[in-house]
Amino acid sequence: MLSEWPILSLIVFLPLVGVGFILVTRGEAAVVARNARYLALWTSAINLVLALLLWGSFDTGTADFQFVERAPWIDDSIAYHMGVDGISLLFVVLTAFLTPLCVLASWDAIQERVKEYMIAFLVMETTMIGVFCALDFVVFYLFFEAGLIPMFLIIGIWGGPRRIYATFKFFLYTLLGSVLLLLALIYMYDAVGTTDVPTLMRHGFDAGVQNWLWLAFLASFAVKLPMWPVHTWLPDAHVEAPTAGSVILAGVLLKMGGYGFLRFSIPMLPDATAYFTPLIFGLSVVAVVYTSLVALMQEDMKKLIAYSSVAHMGFVTIGLFTLTPQGIEGGIMQMFSHGLVSAALFLCVGVVYDRMHTRLIADYGGLVNRMPAYAFAFLVFSLANVGMPGTSGFVGEFLVLVGVFQVNTWVAVLATTGVVLSAAYALWLYRKVVFGVITRTELRGMLDMNRREMAVFAPLIATVIFFGFYPKPLLDVMHASVANLIAQHQAALVAPATMAER
Amino acid sequence: MLYAVIVLLPLGAAIIAGLFGRLIGDRGANAVTCLAVIASAVLSIIGLAESVEGGSVERVVLFTWFESGSFTATWQLRIDALTGVMLVTVSGVSALVHVYSIGYMAHDPHKPRFMAYLSLFTFAMLSLVTADNLLQLFFGWEGVGLCSYLLIGFWYRRPAANAAAIKAFIVNRIGDFGFALGIMGVFLAFGAIDFDTIFGGAPALEGKTFSFLGLELDTLTTITFLLFLGAMGKSAQIGLHTWLPDAMEGPTPVSALIHAATMVTAGVFMVARLSPLFEYAPWTLAFVTVIGATTALMAATIGLVQNDIKRVIAYSTCSQLGYMFFAAGVSAYSAAIFHLFTHAFFKALLFLGSGAVIHAMADEQDMRKMGGLYRKLPVTYAVMWIGSLALAGVPIFAGFYSKDIILEAAFASASPVSGYAFWLGIGAAVLTAFYSWRVLFMTFHGAPRASAEVMAHAHEAPATMTAPLIVLALGAVLAGALAYEPLVGTESAFWGSALLVLPEHAVLEAAHHVPFWVKAAPTVVAVIGILAAWYMYIRSPATPARLAAAHPELYRFLLNKWYFDELYEVALVRPAKFVGYWLWRGGDGRVIDGFGPDGAAATIVRLARRASALQSGYLYHYAFAMLIGIALFVTWYIYRLGL
Repeated sequence: MLSEWPILSLIVFLPLVGVGFILVTRGEAAVVARNARYLALWTSAINLVLALLLWGSFDTGTADFQFVERAPWIDDSIAYHMGVDGISLLFVVLTAFLTPLCVLASWDAIQERVKEYMIAFLVMETTMIGVFCALDFVVFYLFFEAGLIPMFLIIGIWGGPRRIYATFKFFLYTLLGSVLLLLALIYMYDAVGTTDVPTLMRHGFDAGVQNWLWLAFLASFAVKLPMWPVHTWLPDAHVEAPTAGSVILAGVLLKMGGYGFLRFSIPMLPDATAYFTPLIFGLSVVAVVYTSLVALMQEDMKKLIAYSSVAHMGFVTIGLFTLTPQGIEGGIMQMFSHGLVSAALFLCVGVVYDRMHTRLIADYGGLVNRMPAYAFAFLVFSLANVGMPGTSGFVGEFLVLVGVFQVNTWVAVLATTGVVLSAAYALWLYRKVVFGVITRTELRGMLDMNRREMAVFAPLIATVIFFGFYPKPLLDVMHASVANLIAQHQAALVAPATMAER
Repeated sequence: MLYAVIVLLPLGAAIIAGLFGRLIGDRGANAVTCLAVIASAVLSIIGLAESVEGGSVERVVLFTWFESGSFTATWQLRIDALTGVMLVTVSGVSALVHVYSIGYMAHDPHKPRFMAYLSLFTFAMLSLVTADNLLQLFFGWEGVGLCSYLLIGFWYRRPAANAAAIKAFIVNRIGDFGFALGIMGVFLAFGAIDFDTIFGGAPALEGKTFSFLGLELDTLTTITFLLFLGAMGKSAQIGLHTWLPDAMEGPTPVSALIHAATMVTAGVFMVARLSPLFEYAPWTLAFVTVIGATTALMAATIGLVQNDIKRVIAYSTCSQLGYMFFAAGVSAYSAAIFHLFTHAFFKALLFLGSGAVIHAMADEQDMRKMGGLYRKLPVTYAVMWIGSLALAGVPIFAGFYSKDIILEAAFASASPVSGYAFWLGIGAAVLTAFYSWRVLFMTFHGAPRASAEVMAHAHEAPATMTAPLIVLALGAVLAGALAYEPLVGTESAFWGSALLVLPEHAVLEAAHHVPFWVKAAPTVVAVIGILAAWYMYIRSPATPARLAAAHPELYRFLLNKWYFDELYEVALVRPAKFVGYWLWRGGDGRVIDGFGPDGAAATIVRLARRASALQSGYLYHYAFAMLIGIALFVTWYIYRLGL
């Protein structure tokens, strides 16, 4: 029943309908702001329901794209082609889940240009979901790049004091990667005559060309993810972004890089993937150890969490390029879980930032005395961040390690040191902020979380713990598509060899 | 289903007390948690009786945790004789500690939270001992570690407690680093992580190698070695022991339950549980033996000179765990578990007894400020004597049976390092007796060194505290004699298939037939230790100070705990911080940003400045530039036309 509907288009463009409504609200500033908040909340909430319906009616038994929509656009070689499979579905759900929480988290924190802010977030949701649903490279590229604009505005307008520096750094990095991605896209269109993703997957590019295309993809996806050494935009962007901006940035935008590897690099360029795997492992291991050590020394809460994100994304890339079922499923699981956990951690920072307007770790201490509920929430997410079994963070991290141990024990051992280091920085942060005695007089008047804040955290805590004990619903979605991805990859690697034997 | 109830009851109680503590009040939280854990304890005893009768392995499947490719982890309980003993030990001691805590924590404002943590710990520990696969074991392992972290740091206002909590967590994580790699290795070698598959597949892998870090290493030796690293962290063996003494910053019931009776023995349990793997890895077994014996002696030497009553007992725990490990290392797993069982009683007793002392002395822990308490605390005094007698291994008390069988097994074993273990074990036994009586004498005898005001308020603990002490004292007297035959007797069929000992490693039979002097040695050295303590702390109290003054280096070496903490600070903590800072400012700041975005931006700004300098605004500058342009254009045009 659901499959007869253009449900993907509905989920992608419904936020724009919300934008339309917000645009036509008129009246006093306070009324407009209020309407904008409620409209954004309702739109994103309805979209979440639709995304859950999508998940519910998804057939986990097949690796094919589902809910496919296709309409010719430019002489049929470039089409509006949408569809989801086991790799992309969870990202759609994640995006739809986080957006309403972002709207709620911005409820009181944003008081200026509320209307524009909410519009930016809804446009953001459209582009993000569009990225994960697009099955045409041009459509993907449009959404991928369009997403930069609202993010640029969110940081640049509602950000902190150094927001201009941060936005330009963010833009400079991403733009450089995008240009190369665009060149690769043009080359592929020229060579194949279409930008249809499933067709490109089956095409089989020349081994020599693959390497160049792969590097062009890498430039774009590595910046997005971000991988070491193109990660330095992330801490600055996070520090300057408003809370909800950080949530979306860490929760969804980073995952586009990992998704890009899964959707484009690995299936379309199997030889190059095999050729460059050691490079990815090397960069990822450096990322895990290097950024974990750097995180130990941070003085700003958001920077610490940002560096921790880079380390966690290192796990993701390691997992994806093991090309084992455990590694890839672990990588996707890790992205999903990190989407929840890092988002929640930035929200935790936001809660105290809204009260104290500082993010420096040294400005806090002893919060548990005044805010027990907050201390509990922060504890759950800190533990999920260090990969405590029983939280969603453990499942992905462990599967990645199981996957890579089969491929390369050096990488496994070095990556596992990240488990020790993550405990060190996460618990240190928690201790400095939450435990101890309140020494600063300003902190004595702190109020614990209000109902709205609890409403933001409750679903996050529930999902993080639930999927820690029972991640099966997530993994079941992936199995068929991941198995297919690996089978295709191995077949592609074997094929030229057998041809040569003839 | 019985077993699922045993495991899940404490979890339910923890959730109720933790989330609805304010709703049900302190009394409600106490009642819920105590009743749940007592029920678990009673059911565990019933369960043990059943599993002894059955003699087989029972499994309770709950549901699948996660699957990926061929990797499967399920939530499934495994109950055999080993689990049965552990269930009784854990839930039994936990129930007594819960009851004791009602009295001990009576004046604390956060009682429901405390009780919730205790129950949560009990749940995690029970799920650890009932695990049917390595990942579930790891879950319980990390779970108890988390609860330990939360309880050590329970008094979050104290900086020392917070530091100790983090230290415990991170040092344990270093061990878990090995444990996790071990699980990955098991999956690579066996294609599964459930116990039945890996136990069944182990014999076939004997002598096989696999590639690890570029080396061809013996599979089972490598895997068991990595797994044992986890056990070293959790059970505070030499090198990874530094967290345990610091963990005494937690409330005393926590020290008794977690850091004496249950959690720290998880490593011993793990080695026993995985005996079907360790048996095929003789090098790992030798390593386990050496580590255990060395820890037994090292911790005992440090215990000699510490002044904090709880730290002495903590080092004693560390030392006793060493005994359990070297017993396991010489394949006397049943003796290791037997000692684990008796140790749970008398060490929990000693900790709770010292808790009663601390309670009476207005939270003073320094023994130099105690003394002369035996009149004020008669019940505590009596039970501390019983605990010390059991710990020192004096005949008829529990520790006598278990320590004897361990030393006899070490003597009788054919392991190449068994002699090392035996003699270090004997040495540690002297020291054990000495420091135990040092505690007794310094605390209860001599002239009171506390202020008159404190002494006036010193009083015996309430019944909720003394009742558990008396129960534990009974255990410390009887547990050895009663459990000796079933657990380590030659005729016993108790263990069934729970522990595997290869015929060539079988040692218990021989242990029962060692020469008489070996059987007598532990008792003799215990008496020597007690007499030495009596001489130095009752007869001639000036001797300890004189000895310390005569050997200042040795004294400082022991007092500073062999300088492990200082070594780690210099070798690991400071370099990590330095490298972190250097990578941040240098790597990210100067190199990446300097040559990357900031450098590019600066270059563009520089170029733009030069370009803008050209725009001077003077008409003749522009006119001149135009003339040059026209000249160049004309020149090009002429060439182009080929004129």
